[in-house]
Amino acid sequence: MLDGLRMFARLIGVSVRSQLQYRAAFLLACFGQLLNSGIELCGIWALFARFGSLPGWSLAQVAFFFGFANSAFSIADAFGNGFETLGPTQIRTGDFDRILLRPRSVVLQLTARDFALRRVGRLASGVAALLWAGAELGLSWDLARAALFAFAWLSAVCLFCAIIVLHGTISFWTVDSLELMHVLSYGGVETLQYPITIYARWFRRVFTYVVPFACVSYYPLMAVLGVDDPLGSTRGLQMLAPLAGPLFLALSLAVFQLGVRRYTSTGS
Amino acid sequence: MIGASALGPYLAVVSVRYRMLLQYRAAAFAGMVTQVFWGALKLMVLAAFYAGVSQPAPMRFSDVVAYVWLGQALFALLPWNVDDELALQLRSGNVAVELLRPLDLYAYWFARTLAFRTARTSLRAVPMVALASVVLPLLGLERWALAPPGLASGALFTLSLLLTVLLSTAITMLTQVSLLYTISSEGVLRTMPSLVALLSGMIVPLPLFPEWLQPALALQPFRGVVDVPFRIYSGHIAPLAALGEIAQQLAWFGALCWLGRALLERALRRVVIQGG
Repeated sequence: MLDGLRMFARLIGVSVRSQLQYRAAFLLACFGQLLNSGIELCGIWALFARFGSLPGWSLAQVAFFFGFANSAFSIADAFGNGFETLGPTQIRTGDFDRILLRPRSVVLQLTARDFALRRVGRLASGVAALLWAGAELGLSWDLARAALFAFAWLSAVCLFCAIIVLHGTISFWTVDSLELMHVLSYGGVETLQYPITIYARWFRRVFTYVVPFACVSYYPLMAVLGVDDPLGSTRGLQMLAPLAGPLFLALSLAVFQLGVRRYTSTGS
Repeated sequence: MIGASALGPYLAVVSVRYRMLLQYRAAAFAGMVTQVFWGALKLMVLAAFYAGVSQPAPMRFSDVVAYVWLGQALFALLPWNVDDELALQLRSGNVAVELLRPLDLYAYWFARTLAFRTARTSLRAVPMVALASVVLPLLGLERWALAPPGLASGALFTLSLLLTVLLSTAITMLTQVSLLYTISSEGVLRTMPSLVALLSGMIVPLPLFPEWLQPALALQPFRGVVDVPFRIYSGHIAPLAALGEIAQQLAWFGALCWLGRALLERALRRVVIQGG
């Protein structure tokens, strides 16, 4: 286990160094990521400037949701490339055989493959939004609040990772990458940028019970922000809800193992 | 007759590229589902803002609905990326072969790019429009459906959309020509999607931006690919005013073509083909 982690750190280190070789290209890629999420924030700001308010929510609160979703997604997105491109780069070509031959965990190898450092661009815009919103809302960070925030944030990272793992897993059956999964990954971030009360009921249900995005974001953030939930959940539920993130990740990793067992080389 | 035979090779290029790009039907289906999801999400967010509005908004909600659905239907038309094969030619040096062809290079690439821009769009736009204008009302979701345009608005929309295609191709051409100057296309290609999305109105319809930004937003070329045609469609730009807007699209198309051609000629004079 420890040996595996050391190997993981080493692979990530190599990947980071190789990406830093092309300094200008790297910085531009980071900037592109920053811009990509920054324009969404721009849009939120424009709508608040035009309409004055979103019923029940302030700009700072929505910015908090935005920062939370984007910072968590950026981490999962940085490590998830190996899974996302599993179909076209590994399974179709037969290169996945080589991964299976190595005496290390498949998940570990795929996570360390193609680590995308440029996602710090999105991370930066997310963290900036969180800091601004936190200050604007005057949140006092006592231990309980900080702990709940950290728990929810890590759970959100887990959930986004789970979606990306499933994205890769599907290629064991389809060989190709299923772009449809982007609805859940990129669509998930987009959805979480606003409190889910503004969406239609069926939509809220899908994002609570089928893919538990609301459990790792909306519900715990009600407690973090110290707001009474208009949907009527209790504080106890809000603190337990983030468990859905790690559970969903465990589930998706189990499905992934099923996929690995099903894998037959394409022979090309 | 002479005119037709001179156009012949360019038309052939359009038709070949078109048929090639239409092969990817599964990708088109995935794109369609994604677009429906995105459209629904955007409309729910905008509806929430409209629900709390106290003073009259600069667009009716039905204008916004048309804006969002047309945006999703014609998404692939936006000049946010470049023809990968063409970019690869520039990087690999195969562009030398292109220079040997007895064709006007700008017109030849323009024809290629036009096909690249429109092939995927046509595949996606028709089912999206059908869904938004026929299926949604059948499901009892009239408030969220794409309403048909008035007669004058519809005619002017068609004309404006034609210019959108040309303008979008001219912007894409400009991006592609810029690759001749940088080789590493990283900077342009990474910033272009965000720039286009924000300034065209794909992120938020342009009229909903604050008043003090409106004069600046009205002058830039990107609004010609989303904002102008979609507002003409819903009648938010009245038919008479539409003529002026269409003239602006035409002017930008002319200016950007001229710029693209000038930059291409300048680049070709100093081009060094990398062997290998």
